[in-house]
Amino acid sequence: MDLFADLWGELWAVLTTLFAAAPYIIGYILIILLMMVIWSGIKRLLTPKHDYSSLKTVTFGDESAVTSNTVASIVSVVLIFVLWGAFTGSKLLPGFMHAPGPFLGDASFDYTITTPAGESDTATVSVVVHPTGEEVDAPDVAEGDGIAKNDAVAIPVYRSELLRVDRNDEMGRDEETFITAVDGQEIAPGGSVDVAFGRVAMSDKGTLNIIPSTGMQMEPIWLPSPEAVWSRLGEIATVGYRNSTLAEHLGYSLFRVIVGFVLGALVGIPLGYAMGLSNWFRGWFDPIVEFMRPVPPLALIPLVIIWAGIGEVGKIILLFLAALWIMAIAARSGVSGVRISKVHAAYSLGASKWQIMRHVIIPNSLPEIFTGARVAMGVCWGTVVAAELVAAEKGAGMMIMVASKFQSTDIVLMGIILIGIIGFSIDMLMRQAEKWLVPWKGKG
Amino acid sequence: MSGLQIDKLSMRFDLPNGSSVQALKDVSIDLKAGELLSVLGPSGCGKTTLLNIVAGFLAPTEGKITLNGHTVKGPDAERGMVFQQGALFEWMSVRENVGFGPSMKGMPKAEKAEIVDHLLDVVGLQDFKEKAVYELSGGMQQRVALARCLANEPDVILMDEPLGALDALTREKMQGLVLKLWKETGKTIILITHSVEEALLLGERLIVMAPRPGRIHTEYRLPFAEMGVGQDLREVKKHPKFAETREEILAMIWDMEEEIMGRTEDA
Repeated sequence: MDLFADLWGELWAVLTTLFAAAPYIIGYILIILLMMVIWSGIKRLLTPKHDYSSLKTVTFGDESAVTSNTVASIVSVVLIFVLWGAFTGSKLLPGFMHAPGPFLGDASFDYTITTPAGESDTATVSVVVHPTGEEVDAPDVAEGDGIAKNDAVAIPVYRSELLRVDRNDEMGRDEETFITAVDGQEIAPGGSVDVAFGRVAMSDKGTLNIIPSTGMQMEPIWLPSPEAVWSRLGEIATVGYRNSTLAEHLGYSLFRVIVGFVLGALVGIPLGYAMGLSNWFRGWFDPIVEFMRPVPPLALIPLVIIWAGIGEVGKIILLFLAALWIMAIAARSGVSGVRISKVHAAYSLGASKWQIMRHVIIPNSLPEIFTGARVAMGVCWGTVVAAELVAAEKGAGMMIMVASKFQSTDIVLMGIILIGIIGFSIDMLMRQAEKWLVPWKGKG
Repeated sequence: MSGLQIDKLSMRFDLPNGSSVQALKDVSIDLKAGELLSVLGPSGCGKTTLLNIVAGFLAPTEGKITLNGHTVKGPDAERGMVFQQGALFEWMSVRENVGFGPSMKGMPKAEKAEIVDHLLDVVGLQDFKEKAVYELSGGMQQRVALARCLANEPDVILMDEPLGALDALTREKMQGLVLKLWKETGKTIILITHSVEEALLLGERLIVMAPRPGRIHTEYRLPFAEMGVGQDLREVKKHPKFAETREEILAMIWDMEEEIMGRTEDA
């Protein structure tokens, strides 16, 4: 029962987060619709054309009338970069497009103390908010007169500072003298007051916490700007990261994928053929293949590390296993998918068993094998990154894992983008190869 | 002894539930070399089973088939088969499809090219030689299938509803082509069809089969195939004897169908 209560709590937390995100999601949808309206207006102005498809009266529900709109794709990708730039204060965007940034520069606020005797006095706190990494001293200020003395503090941007402003005052909390107002507004322990540069809060013990406004931009350690990621790409491509250049990291990952996949295909395809052509082999390997197929390759990582360590052999064994079952199943269904009339036709044209294998069964199964190869390459690429996340000396996954431990979000982002681009390119290459090598796919 | 003898052929399929189906019972046909036999009958009368046994894809439960004096044991190049559709190799061009049989025999390239060129001329596909078969229309694909079968020089050609998937006009053209090829090559042909008109037009001999168990019901000898060679087939169809025979056979098949329907309703 505890489990259910816990899970319900977790679910509730997820729903709350979703609810909090709802305005942003709705905003995004509104942008999409707005862009659509704008573009259809522009298009109407540009080309008053009446071709066959523009004369169709039924387009809603007509699958053939729906094609991917290139303009929408371009706007969508550009918008991602614009939003990214706007919320990171990117130099690539003009300033007016930036989301409100954090407060930077000089500011001040007043605080008022009240003595047990009912006397009160006001002093000024000068605040300097400076960029992270710069060494800035608190400005020199005259103490001034009265019981309360002026203070000064330097705070790095995005940070806040707990400051005992009453420490240098003539009467402090030991004398039952407390801060009662900030900038003329009353304040009590646990409360807070909005000031020109942000907020001043009071802790339970009566210390002021100075919180300069952080604006709506993301701090670089959470989300670096696009140009920071780009310049980090240049740096890692030339200087390298963790003793290896970017090319080495990516090269190792690709090497593992290709070797693992090729070995998997070399064993898997003949295995699939054997299963498709012989009852005995089908019976022998069915339980093994059907059991291994639903086991995610990622679940094998611990075992592979125990058996083969974290070196190349272990990685390649893992990817071999990831590709093997997919290729075996693809080859098996390629063989079983051959139309019996084609085999009969070949026999009555005088073909021998071997000739039927060579001229009918293999070419007939190639489209299925190519589909399997595409799936297997995708799975292998995902698996190699995950395996490198767990343990590796080199590789794309290792690079982003190590970077995340040092909060190098720019490297993490760069790595994710590169992993995506490579995965996408692999799929595109496989599709192109399919078009060249098996043009008869789906035409039988 | 030449020709094709089908001798007391019986075929029983055992079903997984323990019962069995008598697909053919005591079917005997004696076909001389060069004869064109069409086989008609309602669905389930065992036409296709009969053809598959003659082709050697199935072994009969009883009886045997003799071709030119030897018993048929399995599929062989001496018995070519033309399927309804989808039996072409889509990974090969038209030329490679037609040349498949000769290639399997290891015939020299020049000789093979000559045969392929000649046959593509005969079926009128010379211009489509290098095309992929899936780029061709249904009628053209069946012409490729005919040429592929002929390229192998079989003694007997077995046709399993070769024109069944074609539209009426293409079908009529193809019927003319089949007649022409039959006359020119002098092959023995067994043609299975659903269409009574087609069976009458093409069959020099015609067998009407009855179902449950599949058996020969009536046998005809017809003059229409001879009349139709090189002629307008529509003229042949106007012949009074043609219409009369067609009605007679249609009535026969209707009776069989009704009998089946009645029986299923009883059961």
